[in-house]
Amino acid sequence: MELVMAVAVGILFTIGVYLILSKSLLRIVLGTSLLTHGVHLLLMTMAGLKKGSAPVLGSADTYVDPLPQALILTSIVISFGVTAFYFVLAYRSYQALGTDEIDSIKEDKE
Amino acid sequence: MSNLLVLPILIPLCTAVILIFFKEKTRLQRGISAVSGVLNILIALLLVARVHAEGIQTLQMGGWAPPYGIVFVGDMFAVLLVTMASVVSYAILLYSFHSIGEKRERFYYYTFFQFLLVGVYGSFLTGDIFNLFVFFEVMLISSYALISIGGTRLQLRETSKYLLINIVSSTLFVAAVAYLYAAVGTLNMAHLSQRISEAGQGGVLNVIAVLFLIVFSLKAGLFLFFWLPGSYSAPPAAVRALFGALLTKVGLYAIIRTFTLLFVNDPGFTQSWIAWMAAVTMILGGLGAVAYKDIPRILNYNVIISVGFVAFGLAAGTRDALDGTVFYLLHDMLAKGLMFILGGIIISAAGTDRLNSMGGMIKKYPVIGWMFFILTLALVGIPPLSGFAGKVLIIRGALDTGMLTLSLIGLGSSFLVLYSLIKVFRQAFWGNEPENEQPKVSLKWPSAVAGGLLVLVIAMGIGAEFVLTYVSQAGEVLASPVQYIEAVMKKE
Repeated sequence: MELVMAVAVGILFTIGVYLILSKSLLRIVLGTSLLTHGVHLLLMTMAGLKKGSAPVLGSADTYVDPLPQALILTSIVISFGVTAFYFVLAYRSYQALGTDEIDSIKEDKE
Repeated sequence: MSNLLVLPILIPLCTAVILIFFKEKTRLQRGISAVSGVLNILIALLLVARVHAEGIQTLQMGGWAPPYGIVFVGDMFAVLLVTMASVVSYAILLYSFHSIGEKRERFYYYTFFQFLLVGVYGSFLTGDIFNLFVFFEVMLISSYALISIGGTRLQLRETSKYLLINIVSSTLFVAAVAYLYAAVGTLNMAHLSQRISEAGQGGVLNVIAVLFLIVFSLKAGLFLFFWLPGSYSAPPAAVRALFGALLTKVGLYAIIRTFTLLFVNDPGFTQSWIAWMAAVTMILGGLGAVAYKDIPRILNYNVIISVGFVAFGLAAGTRDALDGTVFYLLHDMLAKGLMFILGGIIISAAGTDRLNSMGGMIKKYPVIGWMFFILTLALVGIPPLSGFAGKVLIIRGALDTGMLTLSLIGLGSSFLVLYSLIKVFRQAFWGNEPENEQPKVSLKWPSAVAGGLLVLVIAMGIGAEFVLTYVSQAGEVLASPVQYIEAVMKKE
């Protein structure tokens, strides 16, 4: 199971990196959110995907590891906040600079 | 155990929350942040005294014993950095009062300022690797806001680059934590250090070490600094001072902490990576500092040179070199804060940031001119000033381990620092005044702030012996991580 997940994470990273290297700012933002998806799945996979019940105290014998779930939850809200900021920034620069192309907003001195 | 350790984080956090309620009342905002800044300096000094007398302080959050809970660790290195950060940020705060402008102040400038400090102090004091990630994010998100606040075209452009590079590096940070957790199964740094030593740091742990090095180098501008000169040129001078003095230093702190506490078992491998990264950083930073003719970029490349120099001290890794690294890091926070403030003053006095259109300012602003000159000598490392002791210790440690080439590069970089800053001094203060006469602006307040910092720079150089008693206590813990581990994992 871990192998399948590792391949899936690899694919997410590949697409994310490819999108980040593209020209349009919107694609870059999408690329970063794919990267964070990849890394959250990685966090879950690396902690082990053994069978067990959900980490809610009951009468089960084994539970899955609760720690990575807490880490992922933290990381999700952080990346959510940052992505929201990035989208607004992209929108604002589209308004102010009038372009979505990352090449055409290169440094020209004001 | 003592709750004192959480106060450096709690005070700016509460201040930031209170400041949110007084959006329009800028005078009140200034007053509150000034008071909380003084409080923070006092608390930090108290912490230094406490650690000096009683050794490493730890605080278990919620009373959960490590490694199960989050633990805050104040060793001498961390509390010295907190002290220096609080002093420098206070000076920058006072400089902001004068320079930042009503419009930005109304849009939560001081709130973001305080949140940035929360992130910085938290990163210094935490003893948990994931908690370090969270404090990094607190710091970075505030810095996104500070770099873009005001919304000029230049700022928008540079913010999106800065944001992208930091999102990528944060993602890599989480990936590195995931790998580390899979390899050793813990997140507490002291416990991690034990487990990594037990596992012997073979193949996969070395890979993780390099991944951490890449992550922190992206944050610190070590070798992977391509984003830094542009991004740090965009925001106003006060924000630039804050970034140049604090942000890269947090990345450096993380590198030093990781490679003196966690990945210490295969020094030949990791040290050689850090060593060549440091060499390339010093050379490229030096070339950049010499090449440009506008003040923000020259200063930014000077930040990069000093990042390389600190990493060089870490790579040398002897006791002397580690003492020197701590000393130099402290000096550098102070001197870089002052350098950006003086740079900001020069830019606002000349009305331009291009060196070619400046000149003859020594007649109108002699005090600023000579302050900049003394600062240049301090940054180069001329004996009575603060840059000297750290450089000497690092070079001595490096020569002890036989790193001759690196030492020469380190010394050579000092010449490039000298050349680039004297170029600023010569162009801006000597020569003829430009044709279009600039109106004389009142610079009493920022000059007083800069003067205060300059006094500290000189005092730190003259009182190096006194500072060194504290610094060597920090170096001692860095050199033998056993002390750190025992302080955290002690049975109570």
